[in-house]
Amino acid sequence: MLSLWLNVLASGILLGLVYGLVALGLSIIFGVMRVVNFAHGEMVVFGVYIGYWAVRLWNVPIIVAAAIAAVVMFFFGYLLEAVIVKRFVNRPHHYQFIVFIGLSLLFSGVLLVAFGPDPRPTASQLSFRTVSLGFVTLDLARLQAAITAGVLIALLGVYLRFSSFGRALRAAADNRLGGLVVGLNIPRVYAVTFGIGAACAGVAGALISPLFDAQPYLAVDFTLLAFVTVIVGGLGSFSGALLGGLVIGVAEAIAALMFTPSMKTALPYALLIIILIFRPRGFFGAKEI
Amino acid sequence: MKWWLAGAMVFVVLTLVGSFADPYFISLMTIVLLFTFLGQSWNLMLGIGGQLSIGHALFVGLGAYSVGVLYVKYGISPWIGLFLGMIIAGSVGAALAWLSFRFEVRGIYFALLTIAAAEFARLMFSGWEFVGAMQGLFFPAPTGAIEFSMLRGGARFYYFVALALAALGIIGTGLISRSYLGYVWRAMRDDEPAARALGVRTFRHKILVISVSAAAAAAGGGVLGLVQGSIFPDSIMGMGLSVDVLIGPVVGGLGTTFGPLIGSLAAIPLNHLMSAIGDNLRIPGLNNITYGIVLILVVWFLPDGIWPAIVRLCKAIQAPSRLWLPHLRKAEE
Repeated sequence: MLSLWLNVLASGILLGLVYGLVALGLSIIFGVMRVVNFAHGEMVVFGVYIGYWAVRLWNVPIIVAAAIAAVVMFFFGYLLEAVIVKRFVNRPHHYQFIVFIGLSLLFSGVLLVAFGPDPRPTASQLSFRTVSLGFVTLDLARLQAAITAGVLIALLGVYLRFSSFGRALRAAADNRLGGLVVGLNIPRVYAVTFGIGAACAGVAGALISPLFDAQPYLAVDFTLLAFVTVIVGGLGSFSGALLGGLVIGVAEAIAALMFTPSMKTALPYALLIIILIFRPRGFFGAKEI
Repeated sequence: MKWWLAGAMVFVVLTLVGSFADPYFISLMTIVLLFTFLGQSWNLMLGIGGQLSIGHALFVGLGAYSVGVLYVKYGISPWIGLFLGMIIAGSVGAALAWLSFRFEVRGIYFALLTIAAAEFARLMFSGWEFVGAMQGLFFPAPTGAIEFSMLRGGARFYYFVALALAALGIIGTGLISRSYLGYVWRAMRDDEPAARALGVRTFRHKILVISVSAAAAAAGGGVLGLVQGSIFPDSIMGMGLSVDVLIGPVVGGLGTTFGPLIGSLAAIPLNHLMSAIGDNLRIPGLNNITYGIVLILVVWFLPDGIWPAIVRLCKAIQAPSRLWLPHLRKAEE
């Protein structure tokens, strides 16, 4: 019994790290630009499809597929910001929301047209292998995804903390006007930020492609999951996104064990409502929205 | 005064359309009019109250399920179901608002909370056997005979019900926005600290506007369920419905009285047309792509929506002097 619980807990933590990476993308974009990316789930699904095609066409390891997804999605996010999103950054929130709902409809429509509604499983050799560590048996695909996500989160944290671009990004997040005054190239910072956010989503998508079948309809679930994660952790907070991801991952895993499968998807929302009652800005939420 | 005349003329035309048009057109227009009403309820919340909801499907679904459960399970008249649904949705809306505004959590957090609540409710209803779970609830097929006390009848009957609702919604919003509440709510929307400094209890008023909007959405949802003849959690409480509700007012004109009607008239037939074309060509995502592009283009080029653009155009035609004046002044200088 104990080992069952440990196993479930471990797999929840592993998936939670990947959720953390997805949420981090959303949170960085919000923290810097004050824009909620409603099309975040679609970007995750783009990543899943990149993973699927990379494995299918070239039979590369998932890590390589994730690197491809990072590059592709970074440029995708950069261009999207530079062409469309930048026009709406200074508009009221509801206009931004509507633009992003439009983008998310557009992307999911494009995915449907391109790949059709049928789920496509990514058959990776990893999917069937496991590692045993005494009490817990870990699914290798999941372990690899979690380690990669964890390393990426750490690297991104170090980069944002110590590099000069990281300082520029944090300055733009703290005070946009001040940044402009001291000569920061704010439009470029915003575009790169959006690119990083999209790349986080894309990499996470590629990493989980052995675990989830590629399917356009996954997008809504991922968008909502990312929202719940960042609200639990606190919108715009780096450590909040990670903690939120872990909490949601574990909560889902435990709910799947204790209740019916439909409860598994509902529990994060219940958790969210409870957290909003007791701690309305999440664990590490910003004071002012 | 003239807008009232125009509105009355539109109403007369729509009444005539309902009496003579063919069944397909009637059913399409029924949906347009219902979404006009739902859009109007959403518009009240954002356009006048200043609170963004992206989970309006929650309230729509609660209304539909109250009507459905009472009628299908117990044979109780939908009128009572509508009334009950409005009370339930109004209370849920008030509770959500209370939860969120108690600690001054607003804006984006409130919007995200509305989606989370809607999704939570959808998942709960999908697993709740009593309300039919994923299999849904089915109303008995209409006999064609009109029973006003049970709100049952054919397609034409529901067209007139939807028309009455839409007219009620437009007149109601018009009256509210000219009343004391309308001024208070708009003051609150434009500058909350200033409104509070003038003595408006903004906390209570925010809860009030949200619960009124939620109750109206539930009434629309109850009728929508009856019109569709079946209720499924995914279609009546899903994200898709929340998006459908807000497209009308956004495309037509946020915070305006006629915006939701114009927007629904433009967007819903377009969506039906594109899905039909998509089905014919076997391209399933075509309507999503058009919808997405239309939304982005409207916010980009017509941020006020179609209706204010029409009003501007009419004024420009009626009063050419006003339009020419700046040019003349420039010429003088």
